[in-house]
Amino acid sequence: MSRAREGTRVPAPLLVPAALGAAFLVLPVLGLLVRTPWSQLATQLADPAVGEALRLSLVSATLATALSLVLGVPLAWVLARSRARGRSVLRALVTVPLVLPPVVGGVALFLVLGRQGIVGSWLDDAFGITIPFTTTAVVIAETFVAMPFLVISVEGALRAADARFEDVAATLGAGRWTTFRRVTLPLVAPGVAAGAVLCWARALGEFGATITFAGNFPGTTQTMPLAVYLALQRDPDAAIVLSVVLLAVSLATLLLLRDRWLGRTGAA
Amino acid sequence: MSLTASVDTRRGDLHLRLDVEVADAEVLALLGPNGAGKSTFVRVLAGLLGPDRGRVVVDGEVWDDEGASRPAHRRALGMVFQDALLFPHLSVADNVAFGLRTRGMRRAEARATAAGWLTRVGLDGLGDRRPAELSGGQAQRAALARALVGDPALLLLDEPLSALDARTRLTVRAELRRHLAGFRGSTVLVTHDPVDAMALADRVVVLEEGQVVQVGTPAEVARRPRTDYVARLVGLSLLPGTGEGRLVRLDGGAAVAVAEDARGPVFAAIRPESVALYATRPDGSTRNLWRERVVGATPHGATVRCELDGEVPLVADVTATSFAEMGLAPGAEVWAGVKASEVAVYAR
Repeated sequence: MSRAREGTRVPAPLLVPAALGAAFLVLPVLGLLVRTPWSQLATQLADPAVGEALRLSLVSATLATALSLVLGVPLAWVLARSRARGRSVLRALVTVPLVLPPVVGGVALFLVLGRQGIVGSWLDDAFGITIPFTTTAVVIAETFVAMPFLVISVEGALRAADARFEDVAATLGAGRWTTFRRVTLPLVAPGVAAGAVLCWARALGEFGATITFAGNFPGTTQTMPLAVYLALQRDPDAAIVLSVVLLAVSLATLLLLRDRWLGRTGAA
Repeated sequence: MSLTASVDTRRGDLHLRLDVEVADAEVLALLGPNGAGKSTFVRVLAGLLGPDRGRVVVDGEVWDDEGASRPAHRRALGMVFQDALLFPHLSVADNVAFGLRTRGMRRAEARATAAGWLTRVGLDGLGDRRPAELSGGQAQRAALARALVGDPALLLLDEPLSALDARTRLTVRAELRRHLAGFRGSTVLVTHDPVDAMALADRVVVLEEGQVVQVGTPAEVARRPRTDYVARLVGLSLLPGTGEGRLVRLDGGAAVAVAEDARGPVFAAIRPESVALYATRPDGSTRNLWRERVVGATPHGATVRCELDGEVPLVADVTATSFAEMGLAPGAEVWAGVKASEVAVYAR
């Protein structure tokens, strides 16, 4: 096409802020790549501490996503479909972690699940289980912060899905549970996938709640973001390398899943 | 009686009160404008909506009664919705097999049964397609197969043809008629199209604002409409016959000239306003001219609906003025004329 149609041309008052906005988002990432000491990359990556932090990050973010799927999809169904009273209150409460500063979330988790906490002291007394400062704590902190992204995304997909398909399933002899498994869930699968990607990315980058509730112990609770923060104070080059690795992992995952599941949302 | 239902329920401004009985193999049409409560009623029968008060009994089993309601998935029914609503994530064959699988049939057997039904509705070989790859008519046929495959006691058709374009509607209607003829359970058909009701139903219930305004066979309702609404809505004379080119030989013996080619078993449909009445044999080009006797007359606003009997049973609307001027009354002999171009023909 030689000329843009009138309707697709960008109005001048929008053009400048849009360009500034794009630059603002892209430049820091470019800056990171420009300053990367590519020659040191191999030696830095060979450092076992880096591998350990990366492995811990991937494992804990994946576990947090799995936990969010198991708990969050049913929660989203209740928010989208249930007629029970108090649903809007529940939705407000569930989305609190979205706006809560993660550090505050970490403190709150500590107060509940810490050794002196309401649930934590009972776990300690009854089973001898201590959660804070363990890998379990990392997963819990990440789930707390990331699950609302999944819940919101799946609830939106459920609301947008045509509920008449569930009526059809009922007339074909499918009970509520069969209908959920065989009709509702497949219909909202793209929304669940998108929510899971968002959730995973958020969990991978989690910092505040993790450092507050799980601490910063290499090998058990030191995830990549914590390692980056720590490295920045000792050895800025190492911090840059770690950041680039984290960036590469996030982008690779996003692109991979986008092609497989989110193709339609990516279409121009 | 295979279906006995008595429903009294309020939905917003609508107060639906309806009692129906439908025998085995009988097709009952619920005819009425949008918002009359037709869909509310079938949703109650399906168990998708609880009535305020009501009793639904199918084949001697109580589905709804005071305080007791059997959930939708435990009712032996099949339902076809206005949009086919085939599950988009399943193949056409898996859609048809869905109800068999939920009711515990093994996969291989369910697939075989579904394949048989796809053949019966003319979708042989399309079982592996996705619903999005079917045309509107094909999708609605698959939806019909999906509803009938479990051999339900009750078949509910909620505006099954209204989402289809005019041409497709004719062929799907004819097929639906064939499948309903072979169906042993009770059928409730919801429609706002009088042609569907006339062509498919054994009995028609006309519903207006949640109330029954008339019940009868399609012919009775057309001939003796009880309200202006029914008179406007129905009144179509449906004449079964056999197409022989530009002529339809009626089962009763007479012939009707038509404007387009017709072959095989068809309906010739004539609207009451298309029938002109003459006291003496008129000159002119009208191809269809029959000697008739007025057997009934019902005034509706400025027109009078005349029920005619003779070579061809017809319904005619004439103005009140001509009715008086021609001295028409039950027993009067008249000539009835219908232009060939005013006769609609469709397959049955």
